[in-house]
Amino acid sequence: MSLFEQPRTSVEGGGITRRQAWGFFWLIVAAVVAWMIFAVWPAWLNAVLISKKAFVSAVLNGLTLAGLYFLVASGFTLVFGLMRNVNLAHGSLYLLGAYIGYEVGARTGYWLLGVAAGFLVLAAVGVVMQVLVFRRLEGDDLRQTLVTIGISIVAADLMLAVWGGQTYQLATPAWLDGAVTMPVITAVRSNGASVFLTYPFYRIVVLVAAVVIGVGLWLMLNRTRVGMMIRAGVDDRAMLSASGVNVHAVFAIVFAVGAGLAGFAGVVGGSALSVAPGEDVRYLLASLVVVIVGGMGSITGAAIGALLIGLAEQIGLVYFPTYGVVLTFIIMVVTLAIRPQGIMGKAR
Amino acid sequence: MTAVVSAPGAPARPTVIDRIGAAHIPLAAVLLLYPAFASDFFLTQIGGYSLIFGMIGLSLMVLAGYGGMVSLAQITVAGIAGYAVAILGLNNSGVHGFGWPWWIVVPFAVLLAATASALIGWIAVRTEGIYTIMITLAIATAAFYFAQQNYTIFNGFPGFNGLRAPEFWGVNWRDPVPFYYLCLGCAALAYAAVLYCSRSTFGLTLQAIRDNPRRMRAIGYHVTAHKVFAWFLAGLIAGLAGVLLIWFNGRVSPGTINVAAAINVLVIAVIGGLKHPVGPFLGAVVVVLMQTFAIDIVGAERFNTLIGLVFLAIVFVSPDGLLGLWSRLKPHLAQQPLRSGP
Repeated sequence: MSLFEQPRTSVEGGGITRRQAWGFFWLIVAAVVAWMIFAVWPAWLNAVLISKKAFVSAVLNGLTLAGLYFLVASGFTLVFGLMRNVNLAHGSLYLLGAYIGYEVGARTGYWLLGVAAGFLVLAAVGVVMQVLVFRRLEGDDLRQTLVTIGISIVAADLMLAVWGGQTYQLATPAWLDGAVTMPVITAVRSNGASVFLTYPFYRIVVLVAAVVIGVGLWLMLNRTRVGMMIRAGVDDRAMLSASGVNVHAVFAIVFAVGAGLAGFAGVVGGSALSVAPGEDVRYLLASLVVVIVGGMGSITGAAIGALLIGLAEQIGLVYFPTYGVVLTFIIMVVTLAIRPQGIMGKAR
Repeated sequence: MTAVVSAPGAPARPTVIDRIGAAHIPLAAVLLLYPAFASDFFLTQIGGYSLIFGMIGLSLMVLAGYGGMVSLAQITVAGIAGYAVAILGLNNSGVHGFGWPWWIVVPFAVLLAATASALIGWIAVRTEGIYTIMITLAIATAAFYFAQQNYTIFNGFPGFNGLRAPEFWGVNWRDPVPFYYLCLGCAALAYAAVLYCSRSTFGLTLQAIRDNPRRMRAIGYHVTAHKVFAWFLAGLIAGLAGVLLIWFNGRVSPGTINVAAAINVLVIAVIGGLKHPVGPFLGAVVVVLMQTFAIDIVGAERFNTLIGLVFLAIVFVSPDGLLGLWSRLKPHLAQQPLRSGP
């Protein structure tokens, strides 16, 4: 808020308030997006954006990827917000979850068991990390971060030793396979028949799961007692401790949820894409950028950041393949230049 | 050398030896005489390589030790200089290779790296503390993916091959002994410059900013400018080391600047110690020796586990690295009269 800004009045002689202007702006954006998705494109738009199919597929892929990034980054942002602990081993948690999901899924034959195992095992790993490592180094940000780097080096190497360098593909059950026809017309054939877009059913499930988990996390943070404690801890840890809350228990819960979500995302993402060494770095980068852009300790921020980065990555992949990373980078730099604390972050 | 000899009883004027630091003289002698008894393998693979990584670690030490900014993008800065040399000079990959002479390419590459470092710093100093690690890691990772994906500028996955140290003054600098002295000269220059800078007005101001940025801002210092200038200086050192590194390797590729390499630099600096410029060189020697001989102990594949565990042990036991261990041991090893002094 600048000093020169006049105090706002609600009735300004027929003028519109800033809030209304923004609402109008977003309405127009939504209308344009809806038109671009549902209308049949005129030729010039097809010429500019390659084809409607390419564009809509890129957007859908971007949304799916954003869902995955959100699952990974939400744990990262919660852990950071509460403990000021940058867990650079978060990407390793993702990869470990994927491998465990693969093993359990392949041995039992039940994919859902693999998903559950990915979440539960990694949640346990998270609690162990919190109790054995971070509790000892409490209040020393730099050493905690260095320790997570050390853990990620060792973890990556040991995972390479156990699972080798090959690429795994998790088998999804039959009821998740196949493609659905979306109510989106990509083109009209010369005989007048409309061509509808088809999209893998599994990816839609991933997206829906991410949204459901996001809403669940938001409800947990904003409607439950534990969530209240976590939010209080994000704002002022010492005060929360002074008011009689067992802060260590809260930390352990947050770490379990964060690590468990990373493991869950590993299994789910490993089924949608693939699992290989190096994926840990990719998801670590995604989490870092999502959290830097969205703001620390904010679930809503993580969602916004994940959307921006996921869409940027997939759209970049289609329209300027070798410069896709630059787009991600630009988003990060612009955010830091305008709002160093991130879009939803609180200034400290 | 004509030392200023102070008369007995006169107030202690610092002699040249005092100013240099007595411990540096035997160290310099050992380093200068090292080629006399080392084989070619020990000269380049251990000696030269340690000096190069020591310099990259030194650039991190400048930022972390004096500026309180832990950067993971130092290898990226070194890589920028390396790529500049490959693109502007000669390479065997048949892409770019403008063939500029080395005495234009090298200063240009180093300055380019320093400018890039200043830009990274300018982005990173918008936030404080632990954010710096995250932002620099994100930049390093993005740079790696960009170099790997982009073929028009960076020639993608294979990178550039056939990069050679030049020949001038009748010396072929790619031979082991000249290359070792080249690395030693650059490292000594960087080391001396860092020591000098740390005692200069700028260095003291930077350390004051590290300790209390708010107070320094209130006194009237331009905190951001000092930090960004520190990034520029660190970029000069890292850039110079980057040029030496790609001459050493003969190639530059995305693998040179990947996340493992970025973390390796941090490991070297932390194992050695971030309190004194000699720390990164010490760490580099330890890590390079481990890299070379750990194969006999744990096998080539599990080397990273070993280095990770050593790193974890150092972080847990001695946050100031090997130098910290030494300063903790020194009082116990010191002679009795020194301890029970007046």
